[in-house]
Amino acid sequence: MNNPGPTLSDFGHDPLWISIIKAVAIFVFLMLGVLFGVWTERKLISRMQHRYGPNRAGKFGLLQSVADGLKMGLKEDLMPRTVDKVIYFLAPVVIAVPAFLAFSVIPFGPMVWMFGHKTPLQLTDLPVAVLLVLATASIGVYGIVLAGWGSRSPYAILGGLRSSAQVVSYEIAMGLSFVAVFLKAGTLSTSEIVAKQAGGGTWDIFGMHIPTPSWYVFSLIPSFLIYAVTMLGETNRVPFDLPEGEGELVGGFHTEYSSSLKFAMFMLAEYVNVFTVSAMAITLFLGGWRAPWPISLWDGANTGWWPMLWFFAKLALAFAFFVWVRASLPRVRYDQLMAFGWKVLIPLNLGWILLAATLQALRLPESNRNGILAFGAVVVIAGLGIWLRFDTVNQRRREARAAEVEEEFEQLREEPAAGGFPVPPLDLPHYHGVVPSARAPKEEVTSGSN
Amino acid sequence: MTLQAPGFWPPTGPEIVFLLLGVVALGSALLVVTTRQLVHAALWLVVCFGALAGGYLVLTAEFVAWVQVLIYVGAVVVLLLFGIMLTRAPIGRSADLDSGNRWAAALVALATAAVLVTVVVSGFRTAYAPLDPGQGAAKPLGSSIFRTWVLPFEALSVLLLAALVGAIVLSRTDIQGRK
Repeated sequence: MNNPGPTLSDFGHDPLWISIIKAVAIFVFLMLGVLFGVWTERKLISRMQHRYGPNRAGKFGLLQSVADGLKMGLKEDLMPRTVDKVIYFLAPVVIAVPAFLAFSVIPFGPMVWMFGHKTPLQLTDLPVAVLLVLATASIGVYGIVLAGWGSRSPYAILGGLRSSAQVVSYEIAMGLSFVAVFLKAGTLSTSEIVAKQAGGGTWDIFGMHIPTPSWYVFSLIPSFLIYAVTMLGETNRVPFDLPEGEGELVGGFHTEYSSSLKFAMFMLAEYVNVFTVSAMAITLFLGGWRAPWPISLWDGANTGWWPMLWFFAKLALAFAFFVWVRASLPRVRYDQLMAFGWKVLIPLNLGWILLAATLQALRLPESNRNGILAFGAVVVIAGLGIWLRFDTVNQRRREARAAEVEEEFEQLREEPAAGGFPVPPLDLPHYHGVVPSARAPKEEVTSGSN
Repeated sequence: MTLQAPGFWPPTGPEIVFLLLGVVALGSALLVVTTRQLVHAALWLVVCFGALAGGYLVLTAEFVAWVQVLIYVGAVVVLLLFGIMLTRAPIGRSADLDSGNRWAAALVALATAAVLVTVVVSGFRTAYAPLDPGQGAAKPLGSSIFRTWVLPFEALSVLLLAALVGAIVLSRTDIQGRK
C-alpha cells in the first residue's frame, strides 16, 4: 500500500524519445490547462457574483478562451513608436519560458510502464529541484520589469517598479517557508519530498498508537499558511495584483501590450505561474500525487496511472482557491503589501524555522534534551522581555500618532484642501504631447521627474 | 588528488562547453562596461551571471549554480534595475556614462585578473578533481561549510550584518547624529 515512489536514482535512464513524450505532454497539459483554467475562473467567479459568465461560445461557453485566443492572434500587432524595440519584444518571451520550465521537476506520479519502459511520471529531478523552481520564478520577474521599462509609459514603469519590489520581497518569504520542509524531509529533490510524505509516524500516548498524518501540511502548518500567502504575492494575483492594478495603473506593466499575441503571452505566463505555485504547494505540503486519506485505504490508489488523477484533482482545488480568494478579497495598498511581507511574513517565518529546527533536534536520538530545553527556555524568556519593552514603546507611539491624526482631521475640517494625499507624478515630459522629434535629440527622459 | 591529470589535448566535451561559457561570460562582462545604454548594461550583467551559473553546472556544482541564478540573477540585478528605474530610466544612449578614470579602472581590473590567474595556475596546475555527479549537491556542500569552514562563514555573516546595520543607519533620517 505504501508505494514510496521513485527516488533520485530512478531518473536519467529514459531514452530520448520518452523524455520528448513527457515534455510534450507537460506542454500540452499546461496549454489546455490555461485554456480551460481561464474559462473555469470566469465561470466560477461569475457564479460567486450571481451572474452567468461566458455562455455564448460553445456549450457552457467552453470555447470562450479559444475564441479569445483566435481574436488576439488576428488583431493588429501594435508597436508604440518610442519603445525600446528589442526589450519590448523580448519581455513576453522572458516571462513565458521560465513559467513552463519550472514544471519539468513536478512529480505527477510513481513509476509506470510507458511503451515497454519503466519510467517515473516526472520529466526530470535534481538533488536541488526546488531551487530550480525558485530560480525560474525569479527569472520570470524580468519579463514584468522589462515590459514595464521597455514600454516607456509612466503607468507601465510604475507597474514594473511595484512588481520588482514585490516579487523580490515575497520570494524571500517563499524560500523561507520551504526551509522547514527541507529540514523535515532532509532533501531538496521533489520526488523524494513526495516519498517522505508517504507514511507518517505514530504518536504513542497512554499506550495507544495513534497514526499521525503524513502530509507536511499538518505537521508544518505555519509554513504552509505562509506559503499560501506568498504564492498569491509571487504570481501577482488578487489581493496582491498591484503591478497591473487596473484601478490605478490602467493595465500596469502590460498597458502598452493592449492587443495581439504578446498580451496573450502575459496571460499565458500568469496562469502557468499559478499552476506552478499550486503544484509546488501540492508537492511540498499536500502529499504530491499521493491519494488523500479515504482513498488511500484502497491498495491500488498509489500505483500505476491513478496518481495523476489525484494530482489533477488537487491542482483543480488549488486553482479554485485562487479564484475564491480573487472573488473575496479587495486589493491591498502598496505600503500594506510591503509591510506585510517584510514585517510579518519574514520574521514569523524565521521564528518558526527556529522552532521547527529545535523540534527536529529534540527528535535526534543522540541529542542533549535538557540542554536544548534549558536553552530554549532562556530564549523564550529573553524574547518575552524584549517584546514587553517594545510593546510599551509602541503603545506610546500609537497614542502619539492617534493624537497627530486627530489634530490633522481638526485642521482639515477647517480648510479641506490643506494637505491632501500624495499622488504620483503622472505628468512626465513625454506625456505633455511633446513630439519626440521636436525635442532636443540627446535629451534624457527620466522617470519620476517633472 | 593523487589522480594523474589528463592532458589538455584533445579537449573533452565538458571542457569545450566550459570554455565557451567562459567566452560568453567575458564578452558580456565587457559589454556591461562598454555599452552606452544604462539598462542594457544591467541586462548584459544578467547574461554574465547566467554564463557563470552554466560554468558551475558544468563543474557539477548544481547547488551553487542554482543559488547563483536565484540570488544574483533573480535578486541582485532586479534590485539594480529597481534602483535605475526609481532614479532615472533613460531609453537610448546616455552621453555621460564615461568616467574620467576609466583607464585607471581598466588597469586595476587587468592587474587583479593577472594576480588571480597567476595564483590559480601556480596553485592548482597539477591538482585534478574528477567531475563526479553529486559532489555539488546540498549535502556535501552543507557539511563542508558548517563543519570545516564554519568560522569564515560566521565571520562573513557578521560582516554582512554590519553592512546591513550601516545601510539602515545611513538611510534613516530620523536618527540624530551626535550634537
